[in-house]
Amino acid sequence: MADIQGTPTVVVDGVHITYTVHGGHPGGRGSATAALGRMLRRGRTAPAGRRVHAVKGVSFAAYRGEAIGLIGSNGSGKSTLLKAIAGLQPVERGQVYTHGRPALLGVNAALMGDLTGERNVVLGGLAMGMSRAEVRERYDGIVEFSGINEKDDAISRPMRTYSSGMGARLRFSIAAARSHDVLLIDEALSTGDARFRRRSQRRIDELRAEAGTVFLVSHSNSTITETCERALWLEAGTLRMDGPAKEVVAAYEEFTATASKAGTARTAGTKAE
Amino acid sequence: MTTTSTLPASAPRAPTTQAPGPDPSPGPGPGPTPDLRALALRHGLTVSGARPSLPVYVRQLWSRRDFIAAFATARLTAQYSQARLGQVWQVMTPLLNAAVYYAIFGVLMNAKHGVPDYVPFLLTGIFVWTFTSDTVLAGTRAISGNLGLVRALHFPRASLPISLALQQLQQLLLSLTALGVILACCGEFPTWSWLLAVPALLCQALFNTGAALVLARLAARTPDISQLMPFVLRTWMYASGVMWSIQNLASTARFPDAVALALQCNPAAVYIDLMRFALIESYTSDRLPPHVWALAAGWALLAFTGGFIWFWKAEETYGRG
Repeated sequence: MADIQGTPTVVVDGVHITYTVHGGHPGGRGSATAALGRMLRRGRTAPAGRRVHAVKGVSFAAYRGEAIGLIGSNGSGKSTLLKAIAGLQPVERGQVYTHGRPALLGVNAALMGDLTGERNVVLGGLAMGMSRAEVRERYDGIVEFSGINEKDDAISRPMRTYSSGMGARLRFSIAAARSHDVLLIDEALSTGDARFRRRSQRRIDELRAEAGTVFLVSHSNSTITETCERALWLEAGTLRMDGPAKEVVAAYEEFTATASKAGTARTAGTKAE
Repeated sequence: MTTTSTLPASAPRAPTTQAPGPDPSPGPGPGPTPDLRALALRHGLTVSGARPSLPVYVRQLWSRRDFIAAFATARLTAQYSQARLGQVWQVMTPLLNAAVYYAIFGVLMNAKHGVPDYVPFLLTGIFVWTFTSDTVLAGTRAISGNLGLVRALHFPRASLPISLALQQLQQLLLSLTALGVILACCGEFPTWSWLLAVPALLCQALFNTGAALVLARLAARTPDISQLMPFVLRTWMYASGVMWSIQNLASTARFPDAVALALQCNPAAVYIDLMRFALIESYTSDRLPPHVWALAAGWALLAFTGGFIWFWKAEETYGRG
């Protein structure tokens, strides 16, 4: 085997993730009696809230040049796992090792609807850690890729006037403008029209060619099989299957079909625990 | 439960079904394995999400200076974009406050008695106080109000409070121009002493940034702080002689001298008095507390370095849990 293929970029080693959720049950965090009770108990008991064991001992290694799809039913821990890989969510047990700094495609949080698309491109680029010179250099490419300037001069309008598809296209263009060692994409490609989806798939291929690794969370099985050649199937926080995207997606589809026949996917999920 | 991808020699894309049946192993699940750890270490991978050392942190922050400046300017531009009068509100708000305070404190409660040039005194006080109070308030929302950003992107978290403090400084510079014009209308014309405003503002900006860093960490941990802050700030404002003269209180001898001295040495009062000294001709140096410049610089250094280090110590916890 070629050694280049064997260079890992992300190693997830027996990772368990738990987090505490507040509220959600009657007499929760916000109510006065609960708050008073907390103040009285302070220091004696653990903080209030329920603990959710979201990821239960997942291990895998991702290699340079791979595009890996993450599939699984809602609440199976896909997004939590991505956050842990990005270093934005602490792990309870185990360890996540990464090459460089994985970037979550989350640039939208830095953008401001009251500003023009133009200024948001600059702001988003800087937020991702580009220098001003780099942003200037890539500005035209970003705007052209997003295609929002095709009909009118939309880039000079405030972003809050954009349609949701236009906004999503601009956000993806900004986030994908920089080549990352590891890029994590959480349900981003489902928006935008068919033409833009094709273009973003090409861009993901390019990013992979630039010696990166791409993780993609999606509920669209066709997106996974078209974009990725490897897939991880998470179910109730455990790794059910890891292999070629087509095989994993086929197994997952079979699972969801039988689960819906046998009852609900939820009971199957609890059984798997 | 091992994956074949733990062996780098094997093709990573080979099918590696982990649990062929629909029944994966029960219980808490597997823990770390020595194989994967060795693989990661052999290729020089690092643990993600660890706190950098202080020098590294400062360097990272410096490399993000463009973002800090752009974020501040963007917030400033976006702030009033929905209001019809736009940026005019930056000057209108303190002026309206000044009108109310003048009517209530100046006229009704006669605080202007014994204060020469009460209108410039009050205006300077309000503009300078607004700078500190707005920066502290922005600091409490720096992390808790930008959780989306903190959870989505990697950057030194101190960028946020520092950027918001910078936004307030930009805002102050805009409103100071207006203050200059108004002071000139009140008969206070620019003199060389106005240049003293520069070091005074510099110290105040440093102090404010430090305070914003402290409150950003506090409010990130305890959201209730943001409910408490308006009350704290109001008390602080009344105690800092924004609309009345602490000096006059000292001369009435109703309280021990130490009380007036303590009020005068509080950072907000120090910066307000220095600005009055710089801008108002009748406000002479005998109305200032002793060692006033040392106090101004001392508060600034203490708040900034202390606040920065204290904020950094919790760097890896922001936006989590």
